[in-house]
Amino acid sequence: MPDAPFAVQMENIVIRFPGVLANDHVNFTLKQGEIHALLGENGAGKSTLMSALSGLYKPTSGIIRVSGKPVSFNSPKDAIAAGIGMVHQHFMLVPTQTVTENILLGLDTPRFFMNLPAYDGKVLALQEQFGLRVDPTAKIWQLSVGEQQRVEILKTLYRGANVLIFDEPTAVLAPAEIAGFIETMRSLVAQGKSIIFISHKLQEVEAVADRITVLRKGKVTAEGFLMAGLDRAKLAQLMVGRDVVFAVKKDVQEPGGTILEVRNLQAANNKGTPALRGVDLSIRAGEILGIAGVAGNGQSELAECITGLRVCEKGSVQVDGRELANQPPIAAIQSGVSHIPEDRTRVGSAPNLTITDNVIMKHYRAAPIGNGRTIDAGQATQYAQELKRTYDILAPSVRTLARKLSGGNLQKVILSREITANPRLIVAVQPTRGLDVGAVEAIQEHLLAQRRQGTAILLISEELEELLTLSDRIAVLYDGRVMGVAEAATASVEEIGLMMMGTVQEA
Amino acid sequence: MRFPVTLLIEKRTDEIPGWLPAATSIGSVIAAFVVSGVVLALIGANPLIVYQFFFKATFGSWPALSDTIVKATPLIMVGLACAVAFKMKLWNIGAEGQLYLGAFFASTVVLVPLVPPESPKWLVLTAMVVMGMIGGAIWGFIPGYLKAKFDVNEIISTLMLNYVAILWNNFWIFDRWSDAGFQMTPTFVRTAWLPRLSDYAREYRMFSGITLHLGVIFGLVAAIVVWWVLSRSRWGYEIRLIGDNPHAARYAGLNIARNVVLVMMFSGALAGLAGMSEVSGVVHRLQERISPGYGFTGIIVAWLAKLNPFAVILVAILFGALIVAGREVQPSGISQMIQGFVLFAVISSDVLLRYSIRLVRAAPVEESA
Ligand SMILES: Nc1ncnc2c1ncn2[C@@H]1O[C@H](COP(=O)(O)OP(=O)(O)OP(=O)(O)O)[C@@H](O)[C@H]1O
Ligand SMILES: [Mg+2]
Repeated sequence: MPDAPFAVQMENIVIRFPGVLANDHVNFTLKQGEIHALLGENGAGKSTLMSALSGLYKPTSGIIRVSGKPVSFNSPKDAIAAGIGMVHQHFMLVPTQTVTENILLGLDTPRFFMNLPAYDGKVLALQEQFGLRVDPTAKIWQLSVGEQQRVEILKTLYRGANVLIFDEPTAVLAPAEIAGFIETMRSLVAQGKSIIFISHKLQEVEAVADRITVLRKGKVTAEGFLMAGLDRAKLAQLMVGRDVVFAVKKDVQEPGGTILEVRNLQAANNKGTPALRGVDLSIRAGEILGIAGVAGNGQSELAECITGLRVCEKGSVQVDGRELANQPPIAAIQSGVSHIPEDRTRVGSAPNLTITDNVIMKHYRAAPIGNGRTIDAGQATQYAQELKRTYDILAPSVRTLARKLSGGNLQKVILSREITANPRLIVAVQPTRGLDVGAVEAIQEHLLAQRRQGTAILLISEELEELLTLSDRIAVLYDGRVMGVAEAATASVEEIGLMMMGTVQEA
Repeated sequence: MRFPVTLLIEKRTDEIPGWLPAATSIGSVIAAFVVSGVVLALIGANPLIVYQFFFKATFGSWPALSDTIVKATPLIMVGLACAVAFKMKLWNIGAEGQLYLGAFFASTVVLVPLVPPESPKWLVLTAMVVMGMIGGAIWGFIPGYLKAKFDVNEIISTLMLNYVAILWNNFWIFDRWSDAGFQMTPTFVRTAWLPRLSDYAREYRMFSGITLHLGVIFGLVAAIVVWWVLSRSRWGYEIRLIGDNPHAARYAGLNIARNVVLVMMFSGALAGLAGMSEVSGVVHRLQERISPGYGFTGIIVAWLAKLNPFAVILVAILFGALIVAGREVQPSGISQMIQGFVLFAVISSDVLLRYSIRLVRAAPVEESA
């Protein structure tokens, strides 16, 4: 569609936050029927630019045109009326209501009498058209993350969106779901929709994007480049302004004594059904044990049992010989267990506290930050500034509130806090989710440095590539059981893939 | 027909400037007085004269100012009590009951008596302060424990315990310690009275008739303590963390149940101190209706002060003045009306913090055939 008309033109967009120029005279165009990838480092201003297009923010200056006509949005409602819909990274669905009810939520029709079955039919027709299958009568809480995402997409389509904006849609999806999502995007553009796609995963961008725009520190560094003719290395270079290695090097090293010992661990999930059905694991000092598996096979529950956040029904969790199962979280913290949680906003941070208050969350009890009954504000600030520098956290100051950080920078706040706690064991759940390629590399280096210092690391990830690069051994979880453990050096992707589907491997 | 201008209400995306919350609060208080003035004018009074009288009766002279501060004193402590609990999103609306129980416990020092009647003043007063705070803390402990242990909603339990506390006091006032059948205990011995400025009238003539008592110092000290706890101490950090995100607090190893109990006790102790200050500084006996609903006004005070301990002092003085004005200006409903308007205006002014509101010219309607 090289000569297709523009669906959206954004000209000289400036968006300023106190202390931050989030978008600095940004130009961006979207052609009808294309998939346009928006790339850039953490905090480059991607979400902000798209929030302006979807009516959430008003640009300080600049012009937005939709189908050539200048528009001025005062709310997301105005944007959707102009045919622009955004699917946010954090879904906005009501868990106790059905798919159809969620799709109708906030619309003027139906007015009073719901007559849901009729609308279920409408929703089904829409699903048929775009190949987005999900039971319209199912309640949201019964759905997987991938299905919930489909509901969000249906919601925007039902409202008549022609331009769809996806902000890091694949960050929360399992690899198998990602393939399905890419298919969905293709079928959407095949039917005339136009898509803006934000992602840090360059192979996806390579696979679907027609054109790309790259932001760096609020400015455009590549405007509407054709994807054809670019490769991953070039993309990475455009994003971070330097070459990215892509493969961090892990030294061969002999692990030390056992640190984590998990025996016959059994636990239920939030719905009360069994999630762990007798898990045995052990990790030695200086060793990284990767946990592979399709999301929902017990990974979250395993992490929560070790860190004291979940009740264990049976079995034991020992760190350096100390029993931690069914102990309060403080016991794990005092035993030197760090935890990079899966949900960075709900669990990992306090949105209305400052960066400083967020990074001292686990260090405020002891000197030098804790000082008897008081907190030494000077020490706390100094510590936060040090982390901000070392981990390259982009924010005006350490007094910035956590909720104002970009997704990736919030993740860095959590990572920096957990890695610098001098841990014996790090339980890392999706540690590099939402990070740009440069930051992924930096964090992987930090984890490997911990490994060199003799820290045991439990790495739960859905990215096989990451598991294979970082882990010494990889255990595969399927339906609450360990299907097998493979040496990362010799394991093949196929072998692990089979175990993830529940096939037992002969040793 | 279309209106030539429309009101455009947009959610704020920009940072609100630091002075805006204070400005809207002050602005809404002024607005409340303006609206009340209109109502006064409609019923045939001259609002300027009424307000002039108001001002004279509340701030216009030393005795008037003293009266205002005496009324503000319990409001400061009760407002702080609510602010502490609200900071952790614990909705303690039982400050009234905690105040009554504080008054009761403080009174036991004299009425049981817990210290010999001939004890020196400092000992009696210290014992009363300690007992008052213990009494309030007990009344905070009960709902706190129920919430921590059984997840009992603290709004309901604290509200109900208010009635229990008032009836408990009545039992002792009517049945046990009644002064010749009246609904009050005998007057306390002088050593149980908080020092007042009028006590020094012999040395300083200007203090004669000025009833300002030491309780106000308790309130000011309490404000400093609350400020220090919330913004400087480790515990205050924990309170803020739990208040902002309890999931994160649990993840960070905090014992939330324990903090619920402790914060409710701290909150109760502050309200209990207000009860002590009232019996020992104002009425000098335990009696029915020691509080005309200070505990409930405290909720409003804390809220209007946006949980800032020093702002609590200012708001408490405003409400103290309104109470005094209600006594001096007849009908007393006028002052209550203003209170209502102030509350209404300040709460609705929050909209200004979250939305920006502009008048814009309506877009011309496109005629379609
Ligand atoms: N509401 C806000 N108030 C103040 N600053 C903000 C606000 N929202 C975003 N910012 C700042 O604007 C900059 C751009 O943020 P944005 O969320 O657009 O980044 P991003 O490119 O989406 O990054 P990521 O890949 O990490 O999600 C960041 O420095 C961020 O801290
Ligand atoms: Mg973002």
